[in-house]
Amino acid sequence: MSILINRDTKLITIGFTGKQGTYHSLQSRDYGTNFVGGVTPGKGGMTHEGFPVFNSIHEAIEKTDANAAMIFVPPPFAADSILECIDAELPLVVCITEGIPILDMVKVKSALKGSKTKMIGPNCPGLITPGECKIGIMPGHIHMPPQEGGKSVGVISRSGTLTYEAVYQLTEREIGQSTCVGIGGDPVGGLNFIDTLKLFEADPDTDAVIMIGEIGGNAEVDAGRWIKENMSKPVVSFIAGASAPPGKRMGHAGAIISGGDDTAEAKFAILEECGVAIARSPAELGERVEEVLKSRS
Amino acid sequence: MNIHEYQAKDLMKKFGIKVLGGQVAHTVDEAVEAAKKLDSNVWVVKAQIHAGGRGKAGGVKVAKSLEEVKEHATNILGKVLVTHQTGPEGKEVKKLLIEEGCDIDHEYYVGLVLDRGTGKVVFMASSEGGVEIEKVAEETPEKIHKVFIDPAVGYTSYVGRRLGYAMGMKGDVLKKCNKFLEGLYNLYIDSDCTAAEINPLVTTKDGEVLALDAKLNFDANAMFRHPDIDALKDLNEESEKEVEAAKYGLSYIELDGNIGCLVNGAGLAMATMDIIKLHGGTPANFLDVGGGATKETVEKGFSIILSDPNVKAILVNIFGGIMKCDIIAEGVLAAAKSVDLKVPLVVRLEGTNVAMGRKILDESDLEIITASDFRDAAMKVCEAVKSQEA
Repeated sequence: MSILINRDTKLITIGFTGKQGTYHSLQSRDYGTNFVGGVTPGKGGMTHEGFPVFNSIHEAIEKTDANAAMIFVPPPFAADSILECIDAELPLVVCITEGIPILDMVKVKSALKGSKTKMIGPNCPGLITPGECKIGIMPGHIHMPPQEGGKSVGVISRSGTLTYEAVYQLTEREIGQSTCVGIGGDPVGGLNFIDTLKLFEADPDTDAVIMIGEIGGNAEVDAGRWIKENMSKPVVSFIAGASAPPGKRMGHAGAIISGGDDTAEAKFAILEECGVAIARSPAELGERVEEVLKSRS
Repeated sequence: MNIHEYQAKDLMKKFGIKVLGGQVAHTVDEAVEAAKKLDSNVWVVKAQIHAGGRGKAGGVKVAKSLEEVKEHATNILGKVLVTHQTGPEGKEVKKLLIEEGCDIDHEYYVGLVLDRGTGKVVFMASSEGGVEIEKVAEETPEKIHKVFIDPAVGYTSYVGRRLGYAMGMKGDVLKKCNKFLEGLYNLYIDSDCTAAEINPLVTTKDGEVLALDAKLNFDANAMFRHPDIDALKDLNEESEKEVEAAKYGLSYIELDGNIGCLVNGAGLAMATMDIIKLHGGTPANFLDVGGGATKETVEKGFSIILSDPNVKAILVNIFGGIMKCDIIAEGVLAAAKSVDLKVPLVVRLEGTNVAMGRKILDESDLEIITASDFRDAAMKVCEAVKSQEA
């Protein structure tokens, strides 16, 4: 089992014929994802790399039965593509694009409310259910499916490469992953930590969760309080940016300390209070997971 | 992205927000000329830098004669102002705003920011203006009033009434304040702001509602649709190295430590700084080379890191996803050769094409300390710095 995606997921790529869209679509296909085609307005009717191209998302869904989309559209037009997916009632949209204006995402967030669509991102590496389905830009080979009789861990993260680091530490220890979700580094986006934690809590094959946060905002603090009240599975967490000075944006639009509760120190403290196992060093994530799995078994 | 107060006020006028008459000046003579043109017998001479807390640092002075305008302009121009927002190195004043004075009745605070959790815009207002709002928030949080606005709904009149009454306004002043707030909200949305703060907003003895100060922040990702605002960027206010790095798609922030870092991905770059600190070292910078780095951008990253004389060792930490380790390895070699590297270099590679990358480094004649994992990398680079100090 897994969350959000599995071997039944049918994927299309929006912005398919561009360089990035093409490369990562083929990478997903090679990983074993059921990739069925793409959308590039104006290029409908074409065949690209052996897959059909459509002018609109509605048409692509009608013809391919797709239930998930991966977006590689440039920032000025990306929100428009997400809104089109919501209008087409596509169940899952994964937006990889970095640099979308915040107010565009505010509109998207408002449109997502009450819709049939779940969104991951933007500015994210995507998500992967190892051995079954990869939607995004992460290197597939570092992941490991849950092993026969072994434990399985879900991963949620605001960062890309730091997620790979966490996954690598798990795979090194032969701990499989149920699903790894990069929720993205922007201030306003789709699924947040709590939404994703709920899915992992309900997934019978996830035994523990790694949550990787950053400075800025209070999503991790809200998640900690939710975990304390609702989560039966152990959660291990690292917050990046303990050494970051206030007022400086650390690469991600969302990673900026604006005062008070959004420092790494404050987040670590609250998470610890809420019963989350803390990794003060990013190199300790694998060890912490091993510890919590042992203590609960 | 930030702009100066005088630029913010020009923009506000376009949205119907009242500000005092004022003119920008680059020299003392221009300052006196500006004062002469304003129909007033009291002037305020204000340093234009991208930081708050100017008044306390001596960057804002009231002048009651043209001689005093000249005196203050002479003192403030060229001065390095150190405020709680500039950092200890301060900022040199290169421009002044000469503004007419006014008869203040009361000072308020109003601000707009985004609430990340709800995706709504929050309007904040307080009757305690003209002071550090962070202090008000901490000591008397009940004096800060908030209304959340869904951008799909937009500004409606009750927002201004709720905030205005909460601040103790009434009658004509309340109506004027409502119009002011509506203008500020429209500016925020139409111009893609990330923050808009008026501290203070003032009511005058003759019943006007005015912005005495203005601080606007814009979403850099949205500037493609606001070329007019983008043109207001003042490169004097930004770190030269950070601007240079951005040209190559590198995200660089200078810090005060001595271990240079070159990492792919913002989260991993922060985590690399963190782990260096945990092992007793101090990072000299944040540097994210991004997902699409090439040999050239890695070289550029090295030369920017090494332009900081404090750097005593470099740590390269790459987890290859889109980025392939062999490309990074070649970039590291080319960079180390072209910049004539004299400090110890620790490299940790993992991910896509890692075997090829490691082979390239192993076979080179450069002295590279290779690390087996994240922790090993941090320990080795901290050790390399310590051994120089010993």
